[in-house]
Amino acid sequence: MATLLDYCSLVRSKNAGPFTLTFDFMCHDQGAYEALVATGFLNKDLFAALYDADPEQILVVNHPLALAVKVSLPRPTVQGDLHDTDCYAGQQYAPLMDMEVAAD
Amino acid sequence: MELRILAPTGALGAGFDADAFERGVAARPDVIACDAGSTDSGPAALGSGTPKLSAQAVTRDLRLLLKARDRIGVPLIIGSCGTSGRDTGVDWVADITRTLAAEENLHFRLGLIYSDQPADRLQHLHDAGRIRPLANAPAIDRDLFERSHTVAMMGVEPIQEALDAGCDVILAGRASDTALFAALPHLRGSDPGLTWHMAKTIECGAACAIPPSANGLLVTLRDDHFDVTTLAAGSRLTPRSVAAHTLYENADPFHIAEPSGVLDTTDATYETVDDQTVRVRGARYLPADGYTNKLEGAELVGHQTVIIGGVRDRVVIDTLPKLLPMAKQYFDAKILDVFDGHVDPSDIDIDYRLYGNGAVLAGHEPDPLTPRELGVLITVTAPDQDTAHAIATFVAHASSHLPIAEYDGLVSTLAYPYSPPEMDRGPLYRFTLNHVATGVTPTELFRTTTEEL
Repeated sequence: MATLLDYCSLVRSKNAGPFTLTFDFMCHDQGAYEALVATGFLNKDLFAALYDADPEQILVVNHPLALAVKVSLPRPTVQGDLHDTDCYAGQQYAPLMDMEVAAD
Repeated sequence: MELRILAPTGALGAGFDADAFERGVAARPDVIACDAGSTDSGPAALGSGTPKLSAQAVTRDLRLLLKARDRIGVPLIIGSCGTSGRDTGVDWVADITRTLAAEENLHFRLGLIYSDQPADRLQHLHDAGRIRPLANAPAIDRDLFERSHTVAMMGVEPIQEALDAGCDVILAGRASDTALFAALPHLRGSDPGLTWHMAKTIECGAACAIPPSANGLLVTLRDDHFDVTTLAAGSRLTPRSVAAHTLYENADPFHIAEPSGVLDTTDATYETVDDQTVRVRGARYLPADGYTNKLEGAELVGHQTVIIGGVRDRVVIDTLPKLLPMAKQYFDAKILDVFDGHVDPSDIDIDYRLYGNGAVLAGHEPDPLTPRELGVLITVTAPDQDTAHAIATFVAHASSHLPIAEYDGLVSTLAYPYSPPEMDRGPLYRFTLNHVATGVTPTELFRTTTEEL
């Protein structure tokens, strides 16, 4: 079965300000983008389970010109606060990349 | 109408290719602008007032910028000085600027725009219900403003006032990155949607280029489109790479908030001009109901001492996570004993991070990790540095002599690379605000001074 990295040339997590965690999934090409979006894999429930977020507060946006899917959610710990582990939120995408992508 | 805007670097002090910059200067830009700060490196810069980048690196970049500006006689605008945009950051970059002007025999009108916010002003706004939370904002109360250091983020208007006052070099406190690039085009009557989209595209320098870098970009802004050009040799732009930059460090790529409204890139289009240039059209600007300035604050949490160690023995690797709750009880008792009851254990945080066993991910590891070796980071946080250090000394000692039930005698359970193992890290700060001040005029929260050099 395909993993997220089979669809994407870049999987990235970043801060969008100190209180928001954001993920970018940049697909290899038009075909990969359309196939990934069609699977519905990158949905609110996945991120709610992995990052302890309320699905209501998760934003999933498809960006056809960038061939990208973006997901934003409340940062589990405020950036740089006591017990934050990743000041730039730069490694938070890691568990996603090898997950098997099943069609919805 | 045609305006050229040069973004020489992603951040003042990050460094940039001097040849790429010269190509941008040769195109005779109408303004040169860059930012010098961000919240992305964490709350320490705002809390402490200490810049992230060195005086040497800022001096190197600023010398090139000031000399080029002098040659072509256009404004140079730098925002979020000293990383946080605190008043101390503006003064720090201003001092470097004065030194460089003297060394290089440069003469110009310098404008300094300050954005620190006094606690009583913020309390007044708070009491009047004029501090509004943004997405995921923490709870606040009026006492917070006395504990916290707060800056307001300016839009284009204070910068435009400085331009109107004839300032050649403008050093701004905390500013929206985009405002630095948008201020002059707005004054000249350019289309707001194109102007804000142009500004968003170049605010990180060549982050949208292939390969991404902190080098420069040039924008040519016309009536119904803008062309963005990458300046470093060997770098390229594609419609997709430019479109994708709306994703960067941003929650929503199609709706980007500014103090006076929202940039809407939903209908933007991107087309190739050549390998280095992409033409962009179609973004709109939706003016907001009222003007708002974002507020950023940071407060002191405590002082920290850290200990770094490692584990290679598989028995200790298995046992360590189970021993930690017991160790915390032991340390609470030890704190009461050593400080004779003068330090409350509940004011002390002793945090173990087991690298190799789930220390990096803030959420849940989907599958268990099975490390062969563990990195152990112990962080002691206390109200003051002396207390944090004193506690760390016995935490380090005890952590290297943990009782392992499988073994008969005493073993050293942690490999310490340093002697002594504990290191004072200094103060820890926390971001306190993700709010906007409402019902303000675009300039009332900022103060500008000018001087002739």
